[in-house]
Amino acid sequence: MNKYLLPYTIFPIGDNAVTIEFGNTINDSINKEVINRFHQIQGDPIPGVIDVFPSYSSITLYYDLLKVKKNGINSATAFETIKKILEARMLMPVIEHLTEPRLVKIPVCYETEFAPDLHQFLIIKNITKEELIEIHTATIYKVFMIGFLPGFAYMGEVNEKIVMPRKSKPKMVAAGSVGIAGKQTGIYPLISPGGWQIIGRTPLKIFDPGQKEEILLRTGDHIQFYSISKIEYADY
Amino acid sequence: MRIIKEGILDSIQDVGRFGYQYLGINPTGAMDKYAMKITNILVGNLPTEAVIEMHFPAGVFMFTQPALIAIGGANFSPSINGDFIPHLHPVMVNKNDVLQFHKPVNGSRAYIAVAGGFFLADWMNSKSTNLKAKSGGFSGRKLLKNDILKLYPLKKYPDHHHSFTVLPWKADTNWNHQIEKTEIPVLDIIPGNEWERLTEESKKNITTSSIEISQQSDRMGYRLNNIPLATSTGEEIISTGVSFGTIQLLPDGKMIILMADHQTTGGYPRIAHIISAHHSALAQAKAGDKIRFRISDIETAEELYIKQQQHLLQLQNACTFRLQEYYKRFAK
Repeated sequence: MNKYLLPYTIFPIGDNAVTIEFGNTINDSINKEVINRFHQIQGDPIPGVIDVFPSYSSITLYYDLLKVKKNGINSATAFETIKKILEARMLMPVIEHLTEPRLVKIPVCYETEFAPDLHQFLIIKNITKEELIEIHTATIYKVFMIGFLPGFAYMGEVNEKIVMPRKSKPKMVAAGSVGIAGKQTGIYPLISPGGWQIIGRTPLKIFDPGQKEEILLRTGDHIQFYSISKIEYADY
Repeated sequence: MRIIKEGILDSIQDVGRFGYQYLGINPTGAMDKYAMKITNILVGNLPTEAVIEMHFPAGVFMFTQPALIAIGGANFSPSINGDFIPHLHPVMVNKNDVLQFHKPVNGSRAYIAVAGGFFLADWMNSKSTNLKAKSGGFSGRKLLKNDILKLYPLKKYPDHHHSFTVLPWKADTNWNHQIEKTEIPVLDIIPGNEWERLTEESKKNITTSSIEISQQSDRMGYRLNNIPLATSTGEEIISTGVSFGTIQLLPDGKMIILMADHQTTGGYPRIAHIISAHHSALAQAKAGDKIRFRISDIETAEELYIKQQQHLLQLQNACTFRLQEYYKRFAK
């Protein structure tokens, strides 16, 4: 048994996409493996694969069925061909990223006008706004995955004092809104219906189409929030 | 071409934007890619070229230069300058010709392809409009009145003075030839990773009942009005990849089928996936229509898809030949 090998399953999600899953769990070391494997596949593309993206504990690949079939053994389905290639890839050791993850500092204004759920949040968690800011800005979060919306980073984990489930009914959320859902924290890159508890807003553009860096955050990045005033927000 | 009157949701779409889901950029693209490809092939384009996708009521368009066009997908009863034109034929139009659509005869998404394609910049290697991200396509949004879509000039066009000419060949196929000719379309599904979570009764329910597509259906997904399904475990799913045609089970037991504008990831159980060869029929279904599901497998799904693509290749060869002949004889 290869010492690098985590248990995994490979299953189709349709007839032109597969997922390789390392367990249905949020776990830092599994997520690290996922990110490394994702970079490995991205750096050494599999013929016929047109899209590859990681999530918490899995990697999904979209492929062109005809191209994969052409490269595979005649009788094998495209799915079987991709599965075999992935199994072979999993036997290869992953190359750990030697560089430290990038630390991105993100300004957040926690004033009520930017935080529609803050009032209720503080009552339920029985903390003051100052305590919430201190707790939310103290942790360095990791981007576990990007999904849901362009550039939406799922970050974790938040201090248990500010863990709070999603709202039962989604509401419209402004671009830049910073929210909490369970142990996760995240930023809405654009206006969207959403169920996360909104506790503040950043003036940074998380998704900026047409600009050089259209998507600010990447899977694996480290993030730290810092508090800014209303005036600083307006001047940003 | 100029938009004289806007449609309810006309947008530029192609096969979709792939390779950027790691940034959360969802693929979007045409809802009915098969119909989109046929429409492109009729005018001699690459099957993957960008087209206008329309819903009913569709827009009214005026051509500002001669163009070779085709209308495919849903039949919305198209006319040029008030004269009805057939669906799925190449049509040579002239400057100032006006194209409009009168009533939805069948299907729910129609396509306009223009020879040479639209003169638009790519965003992340695609011309598809990502409506939510307000990017790609034409200004990242649906087409509005007075928008002008630039076309590439036709290299050759007939030397005639009357307005438009319907070319005498057609695609002998459309989206609805893919599925069994039953009153209610039967769509093949392959069981998803969470299929086994369903109770035996719910599994049976899926394949034995006719299921209505609810009014809450759009380019993102179709919500179904099914008898609520039950699962034997309530274990949560961590957000993970999904695809076009994925059927997710919502907490209330109803199903949702993910369509072209689906998000990159989802956290609901993936109980099944509709096979690609049947996406076309699915994309042409309307809110209020009924559908049925039949269990299939990956082998059959791949075979049907390959067959469908071979069919497109044959059509492409035939159309290329006819167009070359046409240009030789009638066009300068």
